[in-house]
Amino acid sequence: MAFLKRRRFISVIGRKSAVPPGVWMKCAGCNQPVIRTEVGANQWVCPRCNYHLRITARRRIQYLVDPDSFQETHGTIVSADPLGFSVDEVNYSYRERVKKAKEKTGLNEAMITGFGRIESTRTVLALMDFSFRGGSMGSAVGEKFCRAVDDAVRERLPVVLFAASGGARMEEGLLSLVQMAKTADAVRRINEARLPYIAVLTDPTTGGVYASFASLADIILAEPGAHIGFAGPRLIESALKVELPEGFQSAEYQFRNGFVDRIVNRTELRPLLGKLLRYLSTP
Amino acid sequence: MTRSSRATESGLPHDLSFEATIAAIEKRIEEAASDEDRAAAQAELERESRRVFSKLTPWQHVELARHAQRPRMLDYTSRLLDDFVELHGDRALGDDPALVGGIGRFRGRSLVVVGQQKGVSTDEKVKRNFGMPHPEGYRKALRLFELAERLGLPVVTLVDTPAAHPGLDAEQHGQGPAIARNLWALTRLHTPVFTAILGEGGSGGALGIAVGDWVAMFEHAIYVICPPERCAEILWRDPAKKELAASALRVTAAELLELGVIDAVLPEPGGGAHRNPDAAADVLAEELDRFLAGVDEGRWTLEARQQKFRRMGRWEDAG
Ligand SMILES: [Zn+2]
Repeated sequence: MAFLKRRRFISVIGRKSAVPPGVWMKCAGCNQPVIRTEVGANQWVCPRCNYHLRITARRRIQYLVDPDSFQETHGTIVSADPLGFSVDEVNYSYRERVKKAKEKTGLNEAMITGFGRIESTRTVLALMDFSFRGGSMGSAVGEKFCRAVDDAVRERLPVVLFAASGGARMEEGLLSLVQMAKTADAVRRINEARLPYIAVLTDPTTGGVYASFASLADIILAEPGAHIGFAGPRLIESALKVELPEGFQSAEYQFRNGFVDRIVNRTELRPLLGKLLRYLSTP
Repeated sequence: MTRSSRATESGLPHDLSFEATIAAIEKRIEEAASDEDRAAAQAELERESRRVFSKLTPWQHVELARHAQRPRMLDYTSRLLDDFVELHGDRALGDDPALVGGIGRFRGRSLVVVGQQKGVSTDEKVKRNFGMPHPEGYRKALRLFELAERLGLPVVTLVDTPAAHPGLDAEQHGQGPAIARNLWALTRLHTPVFTAILGEGGSGGALGIAVGDWVAMFEHAIYVICPPERCAEILWRDPAKKELAASALRVTAAELLELGVIDAVLPEPGGGAHRNPDAAADVLAEELDRFLAGVDEGRWTLEARQQKFRRMGRWEDAG
């Protein structure tokens, strides 16, 4: 997932940022200095070039959900260390990494689930957070998504996913891989209950998350410029010994190839989701 | 099986370093002057195979799973099935030679059989893209799964792939969505699905045909989220630490059975499946027969498959 770190110099993820919280910041899209508070006031989208910075799941909730309507669910489901993934020779401990991710992000896991109203429509939400272990999916993320789907089926509510993930979580091995089947099965339950499921693919949505529940939604939206794809570009480059074309695996590329319904600016997501949820809930 | 039939195209056998003592005894069996010498060497071979294989490291399992002479999907179907009619094409874009599918006859009944074929000769390997399917392959599999459901045929999937193909065309044609669609389809496919991991179960490329009611895995096969070399590169920026990664990732059948992600381990003949493909195919045939007998006795339900995958994973509840 090293390629996913290319934009780190402008990252606003987590509390640590390479750029000190000064007045000016340099936009990774247009390379121009922009006023930090102006970018923040624009939901962390560059006012000059529309470059969408990565944002945390908490900020998403703030931008998306009617004030005070979000109730978090299943927040106590956390990663175990089922493989005992600890390698002394390289001084690597999964447990330690998860602990650090929790400290860094203030999150328990790479996904927040809950109930919330989007322009008054009560919805089940699942929001991934790239700042927690690259938004990777292990057992806890898979279980949280499944439980959120159970809530939606029980209360007959639509499901909205915000995907942001580098893929499956390596340190839980095959237990992470099978979460792809487990979450696909959860989508089946949404479908069989005849409830709407909308996914918003944000930067990045790749690997095992893209190849499972994120691309199984009834409606797939994407933020401009988001990196969306199955295999990592560096892997493809090294496997094929080719330079990848400009814009490969961008949201716009996926839109052109027919895998995304609409590309939507962050600031326009709330009204569009509100409208779609209303139209699909009261046909 | 004789050495010559295990030799590669170039005529050279591809034995792994830890197989050297086994190969040496096999050579003696071949060259034995008398029946008596041959019998003695045979007994020694069994002892030596047991000795070597009783203490394999996880990385040695990786090497065995990728062994140049390991039986491929079509080596199994030719032994397992009385007949196999291959069907081609995904009905949209093309036909993927990496993913083979068709109708097979097994002990008097019809099955839909789907699996990855890595290839044996260099030409075949290239033609079959080393068993790495494109989206066309996953869509061909899906089309055959649906055919099986419509006609009430059980499905057998045979997994042997390093990965789904990572490439420009694969991405352009929706590798991720194609795999996702198969996972989803298999969670609702109303017909029995038997899966065997033959050699390499490579990540999503394997899982895309491996959501089975019963997932059996050969003793020396591996099933991984990521190749150990790549895991070592990503986590520790050093692909040479692949052996550490292979241990930490729990890639062997015995470990995966314990983790509840596969349902059975298929024992391999002494020295591994490549030293006796007939015996390995017999083991697979008996396992499939037991599965189908259970289906015939009315013990199959779709709900059981769904619940099995719903339960997979290990987490903690800190609440
Ligand atoms: Zn800009």
